[in-house]
Amino acid sequence: MGWNLIRIYTLLVYLFMFLPVAVVVLLSFNASQFGSFPMTGFSFRWFVELAQNEAILRAFQTSIVLGALTAVISTTLGVLASLALVRYEVPGRNLISTLLIAPILVPEVVLAVALLLFLNFLAINKSFFLLLMGHVIFTLPFVILVVQARLVGIRRDYEEAALSLGASPVQAFFQITLPLLAPAVFAGMLFAFTISFDDITGTLFWKPGGVETVPTQIFAMLRNSISPEINALGTVMIFLTVGLPLLGLAIARRMAMQRGG
Amino acid sequence: MSVEARERRQPWILLSPALTAVGLLLFVPLMFIVVYSFWLRTATGADQAGFYFDNWNEALTDPFYRDILLSTLRIAAITTIACAVMGYPAAYFIARARSNKALLLLLLMLPFWISYIIRTMSWINILGVSGAVNWLLLNLGIVDEPVQMLYNEPTVILGLVHFLLPFMVLNVYVALEGIDISLEDAACSLGSTRWQAFREVTLPLSLPGLAAGGLLCFVLSAGTYITPLVLGGPTDAMFANLVFEAIITQLNWPLGSALSLMLLAVLGALVLIYNHYLGMAQLMKGLG
Repeated sequence: MGWNLIRIYTLLVYLFMFLPVAVVVLLSFNASQFGSFPMTGFSFRWFVELAQNEAILRAFQTSIVLGALTAVISTTLGVLASLALVRYEVPGRNLISTLLIAPILVPEVVLAVALLLFLNFLAINKSFFLLLMGHVIFTLPFVILVVQARLVGIRRDYEEAALSLGASPVQAFFQITLPLLAPAVFAGMLFAFTISFDDITGTLFWKPGGVETVPTQIFAMLRNSISPEINALGTVMIFLTVGLPLLGLAIARRMAMQRGG
Repeated sequence: MSVEARERRQPWILLSPALTAVGLLLFVPLMFIVVYSFWLRTATGADQAGFYFDNWNEALTDPFYRDILLSTLRIAAITTIACAVMGYPAAYFIARARSNKALLLLLLMLPFWISYIIRTMSWINILGVSGAVNWLLLNLGIVDEPVQMLYNEPTVILGLVHFLLPFMVLNVYVALEGIDISLEDAACSLGSTRWQAFREVTLPLSLPGLAAGGLLCFVLSAGTYITPLVLGGPTDAMFANLVFEAIITQLNWPLGSALSLMLLAVLGALVLIYNHYLGMAQLMKGLG
C-alpha cells in the first residue's frame, strides 16, 4: 500500500519533470500559425523556417565553435590536473582539489562579473575570447570531477611496464596512457561541450553586442512572444543535447567492451 | 635530475595549467572586484580609482537592496523545501526499485542535458494565456476568457523547482544507495514498523545527501536572474537581477562589484557552514 503510493508519487514527479518539455516538442510540430494549443495538424514548417532564419543559424555556429573550443581547452587542462591528483602523492591534495572545484562553488553571476571587469581592466573587452575564457573556467571543475572518477579505475601497471621495457615517458604517454584515458577524455569533452552549449547566465555578461549563442538567441526571441519557431528550436536543442551524450555513452561503452574483450 | 626529484616535480607541471587558469580567471578577478567595489563611478562615465565607501554604503543600507536580498533568500528557501518534499520520495523509490532502475536513473539524468532556458520557457506553453491549462479550462467551460497565471513569484518558484529538482533527487539517491538495505530489515525484525524503521534508520543516514541537494538547490536558485526574467513579473526581480542591471544596463561597475560581493558573502557563508559540518565529499559524490 505504502509502496504503491510512493510509486504513484514518483510517477507524478517524473511527469512534472518531463511533461512541459514534451509539450515543447509536441507544439513544434503544430501546423497552426500560433505557437499554442490546439494542435491543428502535423507539420515540419517551423523547422523549415528555422533552417532559413539567418540569426538562428549564426547562433548555432557560434555555440558549436564556442562549445568545441571550450571542450578542447577545458579537457586538456582538466585531464592533466586529474592525472596529477589521481596518480601522484601531491602535498595539499585536498586544498588543490577545492581550489580547482572553486568555480562551481562561486555563484555564476559573481564569476561572470569578476571576469568581465578584470579582463576589461586588462583592456580585453567583451569578445569571443572573453566568452571562451569564461566558458573554460566554469566547465573546468565538471571536467575534473568526471575525469577523476574515470581515472581512478585505470591501473598504472601498463605504463610502468612500457617504461621498464624501454619506452620513453613521452612514448609511454601517447601509446599506452592516452589510449587508456580515451573514454575519460571523451566524457570530459562531451560534458564541457554540453555545459557550454547550454550556458546563458555567464554568456549574457560576456558576449559582445551582436553575437548570440543559441540560448541567448532563444532568450532574445522570448522577449517578443513565444512562437512555434522557438518550440522548434527547443526541439532541435533537445535532440542535440540529449542525443549527443546518449551517442557518446554508447560509443564509450563500445570502446570499453572492445578493450575488455 | 634524479628520478625522485622528477617524480616530485611532475604533478606540479601537470597541475600548473589548470591552477593558473583558476587563479587568473577566478581568484585574481575576485580580488580585483573587491578593489573595484571601493572605486567610484563619476558623471563622465570613467571610474574614479580610490577608496570610497559610497557603493558599500548604498548596497548595505538602501532598503531596496535589502528587501530584494531577503525576498531572494525566501524564494531560494521555498524552492529548496519544495525540491526536498518532491524529490525525497522519488529518490527513495529509485534507490529501492527492483525493476526498471536503470531506466529511472537514465531518465533522472536527462533533464541535466536539456537546456535550462528551454525547460524554463516550456512553462509558458503550459501556463501562458494560450497555454495548455487555459485551453483546457476554456474548453471545459470553466472560464470564459484566458486567465493570466504567469509572471508572478509562484511561477518563478515553479520554474526554479523544475530546474533544480533533479539535483535534489540525484543527491538523495546517491546517499540512499550507500545505505545497507538490510539495516531497515533488521529494525523491522526487532519489532519496529516499516515507517519507524525508515524514520529512525534510513532517514537519518540519508541526511547528508539531503543536505548536499539542499545546498545546491539553495545556492543555484539564489544566484539566478534568468528565471525571474522569463517567468517573473516586473516586481519579481531577484538579487542577481540587480547585479545584472548595475553591470550591463547602468554600467555602474563599482556598485555592481559591491552587489556581487554581497551575494558571494551570503552564499559563500552557507557553503562554508556546510563544509564545516559535512565536508565537501558528499557534494562531490553527487556532482560526479
